[in-house]
Amino acid sequence: MKTEDRIFFLCADFGSPKLDDIKRDFKGRFINVGIAEQNLINVSTGLALEGFTVYAYAIAPFLAMRAYEQIRVNLALHAQLTEVNVNLVGVGAGLSYEVSGPTHHCVEDITVIRALPNLTVFSPCDWVCAKKFVDYSIDVKGPKYVRLDGKPLPKIYENEADIDFEAGFKELISGSAVCIVSTGYMTQKALRAAERLAAGGLKTGVVDMFMLKPFNSKRLFDALKDYSFVLTLEEGFINKGGLDSIVSNLLEDNDSDIKLKRMGFKDAYVFDIGSREYLHSKNGIGEEDIINCVKTLSKAG
Amino acid sequence: MTLKNKEGLSNYLKDKAQWVRRETLKIHKDAQETRIASSLSCVEIFTVLFYGGIIRHNSKDLKWEGRDRLIISKGHGAISFYPILADLGYFDKKELTRVCKEGTFLGGIPDSIIPGFETINGSLGHGLGVACGIAIALKRKGRSEKVFVLVGDGELYEGSVWEAVMFAGEHKLDNLMMIVDKNQACMLDFCENVLDLNPLAEKFKTFKWNTETVDGHNVNILHDMFSIFKADKWSGPAALIAETVKGKGVARLETDPLSHIKNLNPDEVDQHIEG
Repeated sequence: MKTEDRIFFLCADFGSPKLDDIKRDFKGRFINVGIAEQNLINVSTGLALEGFTVYAYAIAPFLAMRAYEQIRVNLALHAQLTEVNVNLVGVGAGLSYEVSGPTHHCVEDITVIRALPNLTVFSPCDWVCAKKFVDYSIDVKGPKYVRLDGKPLPKIYENEADIDFEAGFKELISGSAVCIVSTGYMTQKALRAAERLAAGGLKTGVVDMFMLKPFNSKRLFDALKDYSFVLTLEEGFINKGGLDSIVSNLLEDNDSDIKLKRMGFKDAYVFDIGSREYLHSKNGIGEEDIINCVKTLSKAG
Repeated sequence: MTLKNKEGLSNYLKDKAQWVRRETLKIHKDAQETRIASSLSCVEIFTVLFYGGIIRHNSKDLKWEGRDRLIISKGHGAISFYPILADLGYFDKKELTRVCKEGTFLGGIPDSIIPGFETINGSLGHGLGVACGIAIALKRKGRSEKVFVLVGDGELYEGSVWEAVMFAGEHKLDNLMMIVDKNQACMLDFCENVLDLNPLAEKFKTFKWNTETVDGHNVNILHDMFSIFKADKWSGPAALIAETVKGKGVARLETDPLSHIKNLNPDEVDQHIEG
């Protein structure tokens, strides 16, 4: 915002200490619209139609779903006819607000936003990847949905050069029979599980999908095609059009005989209270569950 | 402006409104999918904006920075804008005979694929918030152009409208005018039988809007109000509540609570055009 005058930052009464700096330093280009996600999108649209780059910041489930029709009509539809550079920054992907209950869990956003034409869906697993997105968000002048974690996460990428937005994914570890394909926070877990599996002699691949739409499907299939099993791992519902569906479609489109296993939440919300890992374990996506699943698949191979 | 000139303008606008009403009925004759009653209530509003010298526009340069922005949020009732756009050179007049036909860009509900329409319409409650964003952008760019938004009174049931009403008042968007085509009816009934919106002016005033209520079919009053707004006489956003009649000019529609979903058969249209 310092070097680029044509940027607005809007939020729906949601912030962080860093945002207070933006508010102070760029008065006039920071607007808190109040707890009003629908208006957040609509005002952002008006600014973008006039040529501004806009960041619209809110809690992820309310951004993606409270204002879904505004995103559909004003961003997805407009973007097919003209430039609307609105970057929807949703904070609280998956169960990052673990003790706030199911209203604050965000387990449907990949499915519902991915259904909209003309939208980019970005799901970083660490701050290096998120930081690299800033330049992309200014250069690519279409609407984008960014699902950020509610908690600071350890660094995975050593440097930004490792991240290729055109590919949309990165093979972080190359394995033998099984490859885990994950996104966001679950990539952190996939790496932890892969490390323990490797210590036990089982070399497991890990692919981080940070760009859920668009991504280079040919390059992704090339990265997966030598595995016998692909395990998708997401902090969202499975069998409903999320990451698992992306990979399933890819395998089907390539007439692949790779076997697919999906890990994520089943068809029910999580009312339990506890730590994120506790909630994951109760729902069959704990670290042990991942390790056991990979072991079982490897034996089957 | 001398009285004579004012009278001249008044007669000109009345004639134009009559012409727009006739052309709108002609479109409906061939395109029964169009919402005729909702399109007839805002005829004078469109007419005065475009033939009364209110809106600055350029049909040859759709993205011209110097244009005033008109957001037609009540998309269903904007068929009466089609003949005006064709007349002003936005597209070929022959296109008016092809509304809702295969291959045309003139649908039953207009979108920004039509030259002269700024936004996607059809889903209600979006226009005012988008207009707020445009108004802030124009201020940021130091531009003096105005933003007009046409909403229906039935549309005011959408909660997102009120998010934007609060926002515009608080941000003192004095380059924004919301015109409420208060034609008294939504789809299934008169509004007062569904959720009574009255007293409406007080609601906008409470949210820090300048509010005027006028006869929305009186071209002179509309012209005066638009002119005052253009001359920057108000601080803060302006709400012009235009009291109108849904189906104006067609007696059968004017009294029908279901006029929104009523069509006129071709013979009826012919009677009104000739009459």
